[in-house]
Amino acid sequence: MPRQTLDREIHHLQDEVLLLGSMVEQSMLNAIDTLKHRDLPAARRVYKEDDLINEKRYAIENRVLILFATQQPIAHDLRLLAAILEVITELERMGDYAKGIAKINLLIGKDDIQLPIREISRMADLAVMMLHRALSAFITEDVQMAYRIPQEDDLVDELYNEIYRKNVENMIANPEDIDQTNYVMWIVHNIERMADRVTNICERTIFIATGELLEIDASDDEWDDEDSL
Amino acid sequence: MNFVKPQTISPTPSLFRTAPKRQKVDFVGEISQKSNWETLPIKISTENVSVFYGNFQALRNISINIPKNRITALIGPSGCGKSTLLRSFNRMNDLVSNVRVEGQILLDGTNIYAPNIDIVDIRQRIGMVFQRPNPFPMSIFDNVAYGPRLYGINKKHVLAEIVERSLRQASVWDDLKDKLNQSGLALSGGQQQRLCIARALAVEPSVILMDEPASALDPIATMKIEELMENLKENYTIVIVTHNMQQAARVSDFTAFLMIDEDKSGFMVEMGTTEQIFTNPRNKQTEDYVSGRFG
Repeated sequence: MPRQTLDREIHHLQDEVLLLGSMVEQSMLNAIDTLKHRDLPAARRVYKEDDLINEKRYAIENRVLILFATQQPIAHDLRLLAAILEVITELERMGDYAKGIAKINLLIGKDDIQLPIREISRMADLAVMMLHRALSAFITEDVQMAYRIPQEDDLVDELYNEIYRKNVENMIANPEDIDQTNYVMWIVHNIERMADRVTNICERTIFIATGELLEIDASDDEWDDEDSL
Repeated sequence: MNFVKPQTISPTPSLFRTAPKRQKVDFVGEISQKSNWETLPIKISTENVSVFYGNFQALRNISINIPKNRITALIGPSGCGKSTLLRSFNRMNDLVSNVRVEGQILLDGTNIYAPNIDIVDIRQRIGMVFQRPNPFPMSIFDNVAYGPRLYGINKKHVLAEIVERSLRQASVWDDLKDKLNQSGLALSGGQQQRLCIARALAVEPSVILMDEPASALDPIATMKIEELMENLKENYTIVIVTHNMQQAARVSDFTAFLMIDEDKSGFMVEMGTTEQIFTNPRNKQTEDYVSGRFG
């Protein structure tokens, strides 16, 4: 194997992507946990620790750029490194969603608010599980799994729709709770977006393995045509 | 005042699509459409070409189309026969004893190995540039005028026009115009190589074969040769053999990958647009070679 340096660096980068993924997963689970326990100091920590996720993302990006400049990766190596750049951007944005949830927790502060925490937890667990499996598929270049995972987004969307309906009903019944209900909407929106972004990681897995840039149009909030608006 | 109609939200179940929809995006996009080689006019075409040196088969059943006014790179490990293939395009291999070529090589549709073909005419139409710059031990002017003189052009003003045009085409006129009477051997390596390209252009070929034209040059001279190739392809069909894969990726529109079989004969594994070969080769052997894991 005449490209030991490149191979070693790529393996190291894959480990770093997994590490970044774990940080994001943990951040989202922690954000939900602080919400569950209304633990404001812990929420503040989640909010602040997003900086670590951002730093890790930029460190990986820097490493990839150095490899482009010094190793001139070609074909599969090139696709893999280009995909890593895309995936770490997705992960960083997912980290922002966790941070956003922590921020909402802080905004709610000590107000007494009824959160549908069971549904929120379930949504977050599903999204984190999707991310975890998507990163496994990304590293192992498992195309079949990459095709399957976006379909699981439907479960997240179902939960989102359920909470959405309840929220709308609540807003109509109790207009004075609109602010609080809006907080709930933002929380579930963040989780829903996280699951959507998992699809993008799966698309990159397919790209690495096959060279094809596919758009798996699962449950992203896009519409087929304007008539459905 | 403009009123914006408030956006209404459809019933929640239709907020999201349920079934994943796949849309295929062409990875190489517009660029590949521009260089769709299936529809390009073909300058050189080989049909099942095999080349033998005595009993040794150097090339096996090569069928390749070289598109007109494009740069085609031949890449592959040492000994795969890419130089042999290049040299068979202008019958340079005829100079090697015991060489035998089977199959057909068509230049503009004419088989250049047909019995009635004039080899001198073929070599006028297909120029060649070699790895090491090889100017003749004579003045810059005479180097470029050498070919036209062989073809019977002796009028000084005609030769002067040809020399200037050729040196301009080779992007070396400004460097050399004030020293046309100096020896070609006194120039830098990069200038010598561009002088050799000007010498090849002087007889107005339509194809230029380049056998590792920049491998003996420094990076700046290499870049100048590469830029020159880009300019030349407007009027010429270029085939380049190179060991430098990054160079092939930079300069060529199409890339053909050749390999060595167990019996040491060379064969073509894959040809495609350079974008495809270097981003998503179809063949595992090509992938291993271009990504530096073989050869």
